[in-house]
Order: sequence, then C-alpha cells, then structure tokens
Amino acid sequence: MRQPSLQSLVDTENGTVSREVYVNEEVFQQELQQIFTRAWLFVGHESMVPNNDDYFVSRMGTDSVILTRDRQGEIQVLLNSCKHRGMRLCRYDHGNNRTFTCPYHGWSYSTDGRLVEQAGELVGVPGFKTHYFSELDKKEWGLKAVAKLVNYKGTIWATWDENAPSFEDYLGDMKLYLDSALDHRDGRPGGSEMIGGVQKWRIPCNWKTAAENFNADLYHDISHRSVDIVGIGPGGKGRRDPTPNRVSISFKDLGHGLVGRAPYHEENPYSPLYSNYPEVEQYYHQVYDDREKRMGNKMRVLHSVGTIFPNMALHGRQPRTIAVFHPISATETEMWRIYLVDKDAPKAVKEAARAYYLRYSGPGGMTESDDMENWVYATESSTGTVARSQNYNYQMGKGHAQPVPGLKGAVTTGEFTEENNRNYYVRWSQFMEGKSWAELMPAGTH
Amino acid sequence: MTETSLSIDRPFLQQEVEQFFYREADLLDERRYDEWLTLLDEDIRYWMPLARNVRRDNRAQEYSREGEDVAWFDEGIQTLRQRVAQINTGIHWVEEPASRVSHMITNVRLIDTPDDPTVGAHEVKTRCRFIVYQNRLEGEVAWFVGKRVDILRQTAEGWKVRRREIYLDQTVLLGKALTVFF
Repeated sequence: MRQPSLQSLVDTENGTVSREVYVNEEVFQQELQQIFTRAWLFVGHESMVPNNDDYFVSRMGTDSVILTRDRQGEIQVLLNSCKHRGMRLCRYDHGNNRTFTCPYHGWSYSTDGRLVEQAGELVGVPGFKTHYFSELDKKEWGLKAVAKLVNYKGTIWATWDENAPSFEDYLGDMKLYLDSALDHRDGRPGGSEMIGGVQKWRIPCNWKTAAENFNADLYHDISHRSVDIVGIGPGGKGRRDPTPNRVSISFKDLGHGLVGRAPYHEENPYSPLYSNYPEVEQYYHQVYDDREKRMGNKMRVLHSVGTIFPNMALHGRQPRTIAVFHPISATETEMWRIYLVDKDAPKAVKEAARAYYLRYSGPGGMTESDDMENWVYATESSTGTVARSQNYNYQMGKGHAQPVPGLKGAVTTGEFTEENNRNYYVRWSQFMEGKSWAELMPAGTH
Repeated sequence: MTETSLSIDRPFLQQEVEQFFYREADLLDERRYDEWLTLLDEDIRYWMPLARNVRRDNRAQEYSREGEDVAWFDEGIQTLRQRVAQINTGIHWVEEPASRVSHMITNVRLIDTPDDPTVGAHEVKTRCRFIVYQNRLEGEVAWFVGKRVDILRQTAEGWKVRRREIYLDQTVLLGKALTVFF
C-alpha cells in the first residue's frame, strides 16, 4: 500500500487529482474519519418513519444507524450496534417498535421518552442483579446518538461532530437549490414526500466518482446518447425536458455544486410537460400558475442536478430524486435512490412521475445504467500500477470563474465546466487535512 | 376466432408452457430481443418489486407494492420496447460490448386459479424459479436468482406473456445494473 501525502493528491494549481484518491484504501480510511464523522450527512426522509415508533435502518459512512421517530414523535438517529459486544442490533430494514433488543446477549434499549431520558438508553440487561451485582451504569451504556440532527423539509440530516456548524450554514446558499427540489411545485415550502421504498445497489466504484458525476458534470452527456435517441422524457423527446438558461454553479468554499439557473425574477412562459397525459398536463399547468401567483417577482432559482458535499446528490426536476453514495471501500459504493413527488398531487400525476423515474434512474434506469458502466470501469482501470501514477484532468474552464449575483460565495464559468469538481476536491482536501470548523467555514460562505 | 379454437388443451399444457419459457430464454440468451418482444402481450405488466428485510410477522411488507411503491421495474410494453431499442443503438455502453447471459427456468408449475380475478379466460397462471447468469467483459459476474409468477394469454399467434411478476432474492441489488430481461 502506498502512503501518499495528502498535499500531493489534489493539485489546484494544475487542476489535476491523483488516482490514489479513488483507489487507495489508506486514503479511504482517512476519508471515513476526517469526512464522514464530521460532515453533515443525509440519513433519510421523514416519509420513512411516518408514525411514532417507526424505524428505518440507514447508513452514515460505513456505520449502520437507526433512524426512528420515537414515541413522543421526535426523530432520532442512533448507532445500530450493541454497546456490549457490537452486534448489529436491528437487522430489519424497517419496522415499528420502541425497544431494540440485541439477539446476542439480550441487552435492550428504549426510545420511549416516558421510560428514558435519552433515546437509546439501556433499559434491559439480563442478569443485571445476579451477574452484574447491579453495578453496571446503564446510563453510560446507551446507544451512541448523533451529535446533531435536523429535519429539513422532510429530509433528515445528521453529523457525529458536536462542533459542526448549523446545517443551514453548512449548506450556504445551496439551500435555495435544495429548496427547489423539496418545495411543492406550486411554490409552497416543503410539500414533497418520497415514494415508498429505496433502491439500493452495490457497485465496484469509488463513492466520489458518483458524487462528482452530479456536481455539474454536463460534459458526460455523451454517455447518454442511446437513451436520448430512444426518447424516454416526459415530453416524449430525449431523456428530460431542457432546463432553460442552465449554468453550472459552484459554492466555491463549501464544495457543493449544481446545474441549474442562477437567481432570476421572471418565469419563462409555461411549456407543456406531459402532453400525452391530459390530467398530468393539467396539474403541471395549474401548479405553474399557482407558483407564479405566489412568487410574483420574487427571486427564485431552478435546478436540475447537484451535489451536497460529501455524498448526497439531488435532482430537482426530471426526475425528482435524491441519491446517496455510501462508502463501502475505496472501490465499492452502495448507491441509494429515493424518489420525490408532491404530497398532495393527484394519483395520476404521482403515477406518471413514478413510471418516468423508474425508466430513468436506478440500476434498471435506461439513463443511470450507462453511468454505472463508466464509474465501474473508470475505477477498475485506475487501479493499474502505471495507471495509478496518471492524474485525472479537471482543467476545463480553469481561471474563468465569475461570481454569481445573488448567491453568497458562488461562482460559474458557464454551462460546461470542471470548476465545480475542482472546488469539490479542494473541500475534500480541507476535510482530509483535519482543518477546524473555523477554517472550514470562512466568513462570506453562509 | 371461435371459443373452441382458443380452448386450453389441459393434458399438454405443462409441456407447452415449459417449451414457451425455454423458447423465451433462448431468444434472450441469443440476443434476439426483437423476436422476444413478439412473445409479449400488448397489455403486459412487467413488475419486479424491491425486497426488504422485515419481521417474520410483517411479511406483507416484504415486497414493495405494485403500482404504488418504488420497484426495480414496473412497466408495460412501451418501455420494454424502448429498452430493446436502446440496446439496438449499439451505444448503450452498459450492454456494449454485449453481456453473456444464460437463463435457467425451473420448477414450472401451473396454478389452478378458477377464482383468481387476475386470470382471464384463455389464460394460465404459472410459477417458476429463475437463475440468470450474466458475465461482462472479463471478470464481471452477476447472478440473479428468484421466483416468477406469470400469466400467459392464449392468442391466435400462440401464447403471450400478459403479466410477469419477478421476485428477486436480494434486498440490496448485488449487481451494478439491471440490463437483463427476466
């Protein structure tokens, strides 16, 4: 195993990144420590736990976590590993209960606020009196909980770092674009829900290869030529309807980035989206009109795809979805896809969206499947001894960044650029070097 | 077309269904996708739900719901035709170069379903197991193993698949993409 020095991995001067960043286990282990125990991570959606005592098992980095809505209705995120001998406490994907009993030695933990002060407190220890002589400090041996947690318009985010900034500061003005994915199509804040079920699949590629793909890598459009020819888009042509005036936008100091529209005040005239489905078409026209009334000439943004550092991607329009790239090893990733619709949309609208999402995204998606081929064989062919010594090129648009009016700390070089991913890897380096939050969150970013 | 010409000849039905499935498997494994499409009914529902780890007493939630939830596939003839058209472009990179695929269909049973509202006249419901082996480039291998529930419809042109439920025995898909047909 090589021992690469972090400084040499990302060359901002030249716009290159060492392939060790994508294939080296040593680097990967450092990422887990420096990035995944500190950054805000996407854990799930409140639709996964609609009722009290519902739980859903998710991941944060390589750790399994239990996302649960406790008996008092509060969302909790707890490490899914028994404090006694580490057994995976909950081996179901989802369910409903407030006591988690370990199958190994029987320790049990409760999330019921009437019984415990902290969700996940140890409540049951077989032989507490006889074997432990009542001397075990149960308060000390509760399940580890995340340090901070937020429910942002239905999406659940958490960090293990108690010193982490607030989620909104962490996002900066990327928040506007997350809003544009999560807000109701008629402009009401929130109002979206996930369609039941999460697609999960394992791919032999580095997690960042997936993350950077959605950080405005429009250049890879050519990969999707076959699906564009076939035409699976809601408008019947291509794979999606065009986003008007789209540019690539990078939140330079935060590492987030997207493809979308810079802030604007006047909406383009309505253009029909689902012409073949009258009920669906009528809905989109209606929500367009409602949004126009609601927004007036207020500032708004539009967004098609983007990445929130480190491992979450959002797709705000077509399809409207969230992707998470869970690290498994340097060369393996577990992909998750979650699909969003307006909560109160008519059934026909939800159904048309679902059908479109499934033919577009996920491992069976006619668009996304071609991405898998690229990511997997880019990773594989970067593991060669000589190949590893050849840096990746991120030079497109270097030195041409301009500020984006209306967005704090945002830059653009136009539509096609690698500015976003250059900045993503600068952010990556800062985390990997173990910089303090004060250094990671300079003034003017939030 | 008279009623009689479409009556189902019970004694030979088992063999007929098996031969139909084997023919489908051959067409797919020989990459004759356009011919395979002719064996599908215009009304086909092609559905492959997600499987989840749930408590034994919560089996109703083991598979995602048809027509409601996310699935691996939940589509009709139009999307299946688009999938074939995409392969035929020659630039659908995840199938270019082409995978080597072998379908094995076993445990074929005819389900006698006189009261099943999903089964119409001149239709037969079947259950079977599948093992689908996929190999790409050199070392890439995916195994897809599971159960299938099909409804075949008897037409003037022979049997057609009117409904296919595909139950994959995996919760996390252990393959990078789903580009094989089941």
